[in-house]
Amino acid sequence: MSAAPRPTPQPLVELRGISKSYGGVQAIADVSLEIRPGTVHALVGENGAGKSTLVKILMGVVHPDEGDVIVDGEVHRIGDAMTAYKLGLVAMYQEPAIFQDLSVAENVYAGRRPSTRLHTVDWRVMKRESSRILDELGVDFGPDTPVRGLGVADRQLLEIAKALSANARLLVMDEPTAALSPNEVENLFAVVGRLRDRGVAILFISHRLEEVAAIADVVTILRDGRHVETRAASALSQDEIVRLMVGRSLDALFPKEEAEIGEVVFEAEGLGRRGVFSGVSFELRRGEIVGLAGFVGAGRTEVARAIFGIDKLDRGRIKVGGRRFRPRSPRAALRRGIAYLPEDRLQQGLVQPMSVAKNTSMAVLPRLTPGGILQPWRERRLARRFMEQLRIKATSPAQPVSGLSGGNQQKVVLSKWLAAEPKILILDEPTHGVDVGTKADVHRTISTLAAQGLTILLISSELPEILGMSDRVLVMSEGRLVAELPRSEATQERVIRAAAGMREEAA
Amino acid sequence: MSLVDVRRLSPQAIVSALFRLRELGIFVALAATVLFFSIRADNFATVSNWQDIATDVSMVVVVAVGQTMVVLTRNIDLSVGSVVGLSAFVSSNTLAHHHDMPLIVIALIAMAIGLACGIGNGLLVAVGKVPAIIATLATLSIYRGILFEVTQGDFVFASQLPSNFLDFAAKTPAGLPNLAWIALAVALVGAAILRWASWARDFYAIGSNPDAARFAGIPVTRRVLTAFAISGTLAGLGGFMFAARFASVDAIAGRNFEFDVVTAVVIGGVNVFGGSGSVLGAVLGAVLVATIQNGFTLLRISEFWKIFFDGVAIVAAVTIDALITQRIQELLRRKRRAEIVGQERGAET
Repeated sequence: MSAAPRPTPQPLVELRGISKSYGGVQAIADVSLEIRPGTVHALVGENGAGKSTLVKILMGVVHPDEGDVIVDGEVHRIGDAMTAYKLGLVAMYQEPAIFQDLSVAENVYAGRRPSTRLHTVDWRVMKRESSRILDELGVDFGPDTPVRGLGVADRQLLEIAKALSANARLLVMDEPTAALSPNEVENLFAVVGRLRDRGVAILFISHRLEEVAAIADVVTILRDGRHVETRAASALSQDEIVRLMVGRSLDALFPKEEAEIGEVVFEAEGLGRRGVFSGVSFELRRGEIVGLAGFVGAGRTEVARAIFGIDKLDRGRIKVGGRRFRPRSPRAALRRGIAYLPEDRLQQGLVQPMSVAKNTSMAVLPRLTPGGILQPWRERRLARRFMEQLRIKATSPAQPVSGLSGGNQQKVVLSKWLAAEPKILILDEPTHGVDVGTKADVHRTISTLAAQGLTILLISSELPEILGMSDRVLVMSEGRLVAELPRSEATQERVIRAAAGMREEAA
Repeated sequence: MSLVDVRRLSPQAIVSALFRLRELGIFVALAATVLFFSIRADNFATVSNWQDIATDVSMVVVVAVGQTMVVLTRNIDLSVGSVVGLSAFVSSNTLAHHHDMPLIVIALIAMAIGLACGIGNGLLVAVGKVPAIIATLATLSIYRGILFEVTQGDFVFASQLPSNFLDFAAKTPAGLPNLAWIALAVALVGAAILRWASWARDFYAIGSNPDAARFAGIPVTRRVLTAFAISGTLAGLGGFMFAARFASVDAIAGRNFEFDVVTAVVIGGVNVFGGSGSVLGAVLGAVLVATIQNGFTLLRISEFWKIFFDGVAIVAAVTIDALITQRIQELLRRKRRAEIVGQERGAET
């Protein structure tokens, strides 16, 4: 798997000066890139470095603001998925687009079934041709196998078969190994190697740097939407890749207040959920902010959901305040003082036309209704308290939340959960998609809450946020807790190395 | 090489056997029903009774073939009863006023009305993006309302219709009633289309995964529209058959007929969430329901119990369907696990 990149006269695809911004946020800035036939080209970068946007541009899903996409030396405007397809640019997504009820052969030929002269479906050609491709890939299922029974790995091979039957010349593989076992990865790489030998270009996106080292001929590193480096894989060590991926100083300021860290309030021991995460053990202390880092899909959210009782835990035990806690339902978790803010809380957490007061009191209504009669003044008093504490900018508790800014809406959701007086607050990507000003506000709020004795588990894909806010950082990778770093030792490089599944070098 | 072939054949053989079993299950139920009524009801096992059943079932079969196509695309057409009524009245009323019109023209008129209704449904669902259950529930009322307006309280009586039309339903060439021949032809053509026509294979893909279908470049809107148009056209043909069979049509003709059709389709193993099912299944489902109803009539069992058993049959069919699907998946998984273990052993030696 170490074929040196062969010199080829002309790149298959060339990106020249591509820029793309979404509503003021620069996703891609002036990126240029050449992809040559018969090479495995790895694309690496942190979450949000611009990898997916680049793929979407190649696939015609997103249109660049500036720059050219050049295929076979000609500038093409790839307006839609069909155009990309016809040019031989095919993407394999993490969640394959597959028809469960149809056979493998029909899936391979989805959307372009061969027909006979009588315009009927040509089953013979379809089976023969898909059988040929499957043989070539060396897979062990046949054209008549119903897809419903295939596993994840086989479905991915099926996607490759689909691409091949469409004469793909560039195959984009976005985290193709995320759900595969080591054996299956090896098998997939063998297939990738065969494709490369046939002259197919492969754009390989992965967080696992070991895999990049194993399979890539060329590596391109993106950071903050910019092109950092493109080099032959043999000329780059994994450490260098990490350094280039990070490459920036902690510039954002985080208003971290020094809080007094108290006794252990939460203990998790050997938590596991089959196929998702396992052996997760950690402690949380009073007044502590603990960051939970890792790449998307590492199992962070899943752990939080299990603790909050949304998903079932298969293994492990939890103690809250020294007493055993079995997370059966969110209701039970709230009763024991655990609150969880999911990532898409803006949609899930608020009733837009209702007032700030009504939204704030939603989770604690029984407490405000002595004798079954709602006392609006209690609602208003509660809302005022949080408006003050969190600095919510609203004209009065009666203002509908639909009239508030995003950041202030965020704070209303927060007050809704705080009204339940939790002892432990799990925040999942609390600043995902908010502007810088609001971000700072949310950070300040989190910090203040911790100083008041609340324990916070902060899940975030933004490393600066994790590093800036946390007293301690836990790192997850592929469903396991792989590192625990105190604030003083947590650096971007160490966290990324751990998250990418690289071992700590013996220091 | 031969080893590979065996491995390839076996899971596939199991699955195809089980798929056949899915229709076999209805077959067994049908055989049991026939046996039961043959013993319990004196006049059940007679040629004339079977001809009655065949005539009863043929309308359901014709409309169920169209319904199957709609359901395959993860939609449903609840308006078919009203379409049957509307096309039955308009076509027979035309005939009542023009006795010399050839029957084929009358049938084409009925089908044209059905096609128009079907396109109406298709536009609402495929273009207007109204969920099919709501859109066709609305058109169920709308088409029925149009029928009330068209009839103005009138009836079409047998005495107004020419004798060749009245004879049409009664004739039994080669022992099978004319209507049953129509149903057989529609079922055969429908099954062939679902197997051989590229655009009809798309129905399975759309019902199986609508997003992926769009992504694969399948013209989803056009295909869904086509499915509804076919369902409407066949409901129109069903209306013609209704008029021929009963020779008396009023504004409530074909009411609740959608219930019989959907029952047949569901009992026939067509997945209501789209993607799987066959014409053969739907036909068998229709025959089973018609046989049970016929037997109950002969045994003088009350209307209530007939409806009750329709419901029981639906629950039973859906449960069995779910169990079979589950079993198939389990078998495949076990099969694969065995394969993987085998491979690893092979690799070790």
